[in-house]
Amino acid sequence: MRQSPSTAMKIALPVGFGLLVLVLWEMMVKTFAIPPAILPAPSAIATRFAASTDILWIDFVQTVLKGAVTGLILGAIAGLLVAILIDRSPFLKAGLLPVANFVAALPIVGIAPIMVMWFGFDWQSKAAVVVVMVFFPILVNTLAGLQDTDRMQQDLMRTYSASYLQTLLKLRLPAAMPFIFNGLKISATLALIGAIVAEYFGSPTRGMGFRISTEVGRLGIDMVWAEIAVSALTGTVLYGLVALVERAVTFWHPSQRRG
Amino acid sequence: MNRIFPILTVVLAILAIWYAGSFLMNRAWVMDQAARAGTEPSVSEVFRDTMNQPRAKLPAPHQVAAELYDGIFDKKITSKRSLVYHGFITLEATFYGFVLGIVVGVALAVLIVLSRAADLTLMPWAIISQTIPVVALAPMIVVLTNAMGAGSLMVPKAIIAGYLSFFPVLVSMVKGLRSPDQMQLDLLRTYGASQSQTFWKLRLPASLPYFFASLKIAVAASLVGAIVGELPTGAIAGLGARMLIGSQFGEPMIMWASLFAAAILAALLIWVVGGVEKVAARLIGVRPA
Repeated sequence: MRQSPSTAMKIALPVGFGLLVLVLWEMMVKTFAIPPAILPAPSAIATRFAASTDILWIDFVQTVLKGAVTGLILGAIAGLLVAILIDRSPFLKAGLLPVANFVAALPIVGIAPIMVMWFGFDWQSKAAVVVVMVFFPILVNTLAGLQDTDRMQQDLMRTYSASYLQTLLKLRLPAAMPFIFNGLKISATLALIGAIVAEYFGSPTRGMGFRISTEVGRLGIDMVWAEIAVSALTGTVLYGLVALVERAVTFWHPSQRRG
Repeated sequence: MNRIFPILTVVLAILAIWYAGSFLMNRAWVMDQAARAGTEPSVSEVFRDTMNQPRAKLPAPHQVAAELYDGIFDKKITSKRSLVYHGFITLEATFYGFVLGIVVGVALAVLIVLSRAADLTLMPWAIISQTIPVVALAPMIVVLTNAMGAGSLMVPKAIIAGYLSFFPVLVSMVKGLRSPDQMQLDLLRTYGASQSQTFWKLRLPASLPYFFASLKIAVAASLVGAIVGELPTGAIAGLGARMLIGSQFGEPMIMWASLFAAAILAALLIWVVGGVEKVAARLIGVRPA
């Protein structure tokens, strides 16, 4: 067996690779004198980023905090509640699970123009798109997770004369957590995509999708890359947050054990 | 039969809710029209009027079905208003993106499994790449490919589709290439097999079921990428572009028809790839798990 790599290597290698890409990018732009309207150098993007933090913050609040995160929370709660309700009826489960599985694979982003028509240009329509996009992965994963207790565990709860609610809260929901977090990880990335896509169909004069499409038109390519940097950071942090909470909640699961 | 009945019930319930929704959401417009004309419509008249408005807030299911039928069967497929025409353009980008995603995903997976350093370096970035919203990157991909002389929108769309579809292939292939257990690896060592022989004769065949299992997810992701790629890129043809046009010209029927056309396309693609997966599984002798 090979030795497992040290933590230092686990961090140094990917970070080094990222830095290498940035350096190569910078050198390529400088040596070939690529015009900034096509590809600005990372240093130029960083300068632009530092100079326009106020605009970037306004866009961040509009797209991420108001649109994506609100939608993510509402959609996740809705998916979770519907899953728990459906789970009580085998008939509904047999009918809804195939339909939900099917819908989860469809290009749901396509509802964005319809939501913009219904809820207007502001963040409400963006949150609505995110709610629908997030709902199905959470529903499907939660239903699968609620199945993940075996006969023996349920019988044990029965011998304790646990009520339905007690069994749900103390056995089945905790057992479903790894599945629910799986759905949440998928949803975290979907939420950002949904919120930005919906802005292409109409938005007030702020927001990341709005800024990207207008700055492309004005050839403010460095600003576009600054927005991309914000969205990339946001996506990664959002995913990381979900993973952190998962580690705290499902510490007992084999996939979280270390060493 | 026992499996179909609950599904049918749920689908019928969804249709019923949809009709009720159409009635409730379109009623305001009917009442408004009636108030202006100074008439007071009965409930049945209101119901009739909510079911066939050309610019309904929520078109009734039969309206969408009629529009779909019209767009798919009644228009010549060369017509700019044919959904088949737009569907094919999106399908083409989906296909190229799918192929690109498979090639990149498999290549990266092989690299990651063969080299420890590549594993530590590339795997975190592969995950990060999926947390970056590709819609934000899409306009830049268009600018860059244009500068390199791509000429058409097909290249950036395929790249965007490939960007979304390589990840499921990568994850499954890494799992598959690592699926041979220690006993099997040891057996090959006792044969004195080289690393490349171990790879071609053990790891690669062992990964095939994982590979085919990932294709369904990859093709669905690729279609999403192709549609998303049409939105911020100024495309005028394709299902995504059709949605954008419907939205800009205030034609809800166009949006609904393209949305359902995209759904039908997704279902067809998943069905075809699922069929390929089943045939392949039988050919390589996968035992049902």
